[in-house]
Amino acid sequence: MVELSIPLSDEAIRSLKVGDTVALSGVMITGRDTVHKWMVDTFIKKTRPPQGDDLEVYNAIKPLLHSSVIYHCGPVVAGLDTRQYKFVAAGPTTSIREEPYQGAVMDHFKVKGVIGKGGMGPKTLKACQDVPGVYLHAIGGAASLIAQTVKRVLSVYKYEFGVPEAMWVIEVKDFPAVVTMDAHGHSLHAEVEAHSKAVLQDLLTRPLESIPK
Amino acid sequence: MQDLTEGILELLRLTSTDLPPDVEAALHEAMQQEEPGSAARGALETILENVELSRKNSTPICQDTGTPIFYVYHPAGWSTQALRRQIEAAVVQATQKSYLRPNSVDSLNGKNSGNNLGGHYFPTVHFQEVDGETLTIELMLKGGGSENCGAQYSLPHTALGAGRDLAGVRKAVLDGAYQAQGQGCAPGILGVAIGGDRGSAFFTSKEVLFRKLDEPNPDPQLNELEARLTSEINQLGIGPMGFGGKTTVLGVKIDSLHRLPACYFVTMSYMCWAYRRRKMTVAGDQVKYE
Repeated sequence: MVELSIPLSDEAIRSLKVGDTVALSGVMITGRDTVHKWMVDTFIKKTRPPQGDDLEVYNAIKPLLHSSVIYHCGPVVAGLDTRQYKFVAAGPTTSIREEPYQGAVMDHFKVKGVIGKGGMGPKTLKACQDVPGVYLHAIGGAASLIAQTVKRVLSVYKYEFGVPEAMWVIEVKDFPAVVTMDAHGHSLHAEVEAHSKAVLQDLLTRPLESIPK
Repeated sequence: MQDLTEGILELLRLTSTDLPPDVEAALHEAMQQEEPGSAARGALETILENVELSRKNSTPICQDTGTPIFYVYHPAGWSTQALRRQIEAAVVQATQKSYLRPNSVDSLNGKNSGNNLGGHYFPTVHFQEVDGETLTIELMLKGGGSENCGAQYSLPHTALGAGRDLAGVRKAVLDGAYQAQGQGCAPGILGVAIGGDRGSAFFTSKEVLFRKLDEPNPDPQLNELEARLTSEINQLGIGPMGFGGKTTVLGVKIDSLHRLPACYFVTMSYMCWAYRRRKMTVAGDQVKYE
């Protein structure tokens, strides 16, 4: 088990290899579909002018994201009425939907860790080599367990995106994850896919013997 | 007519926070088959620990509490309009109590309704009148990550070499499982519908998931195909969470529908390991959960 503290140093990131289990502590931000599209459209590709509190939020999250971690998560949060927020259930969501955006977001904000589930593709793997960064796989569906590692909710941005899509700034202690994409170009997901493809090709050539047509 | 709102709220709490026993047992068995110290084993250990913690604390097993899908089997004389209102009231309360995440988003303006209501299909409620005096409500919480892994194949499928027979069905399902990789939170459970039209087939591919994991298929051919597909998909080596490993699916459930002469669909719904389905029965003032 590797203990990692946020902010993450380049050295710590480069020392991680696919298969390492980590316990992550420090301040990170949740962000998923709406957030990634908003970041890229408004601040990276600039296809949409900033509106409302966009610039204010950008200036607030920029230092928080530097050398930190984005967590693909849409939590269940208690205390919405009183704003005494508490994470009740907070497992990862599927990361591949952010593949069109993630590399650019990592590069722009110098995000060094992305937590999610299911893995990501070649663009993100390249950003992991360049920034440098890692993709950390949390256990999908382990929501109650992961919520217990969230010690405090420090603030929330873009609440109007909805509870699952807002950016929650959280302090975590010993958040459990597995490195499945590292800064050296290795991806467990690419390996598993290649292996399963070969098995599939073989299975597809086999007849249905016992079952009548 | 009875007001079932409280009882339905309990059904929602139970479904979101306590995994059915057959699913937990299957996950336990899968865990024991993985190599000690492997990522696959670690994932299943974490999953089982989380299941226990969620039950103990009455917190959602998974934060994606999904689309609430209700099947209501009611004796004659019940108002389905009133039942729908009670289901909606229970869903709103379950959201306030954090058993459900606000999950209903307007597709045009992106706004989350905040209370899990939204149009005719959120929550989704199917009604069917039945003989006898017992009312049964089945509930499934179907998460979005696994829903994205669903697929529909129109046979014949040239690339797969899949024709319009069970051999072709097998190839389509194998491909669907491969395409899903670990994205749908493996080890999953596949609900498969053969035939139908595009719509009825997708509904059926979820209805079949209400069957218990150890329940044999009443059709011997389909029973055999279920067993074979489960074994072959597990040979793909995708494993829990897609980490590689022995268990990629806990089971495959298949149903067949009549089809049009021109159409031969193979339709697959992917259910994640957090296979949240529960049932309540109401007979007089007796309410039971399983």
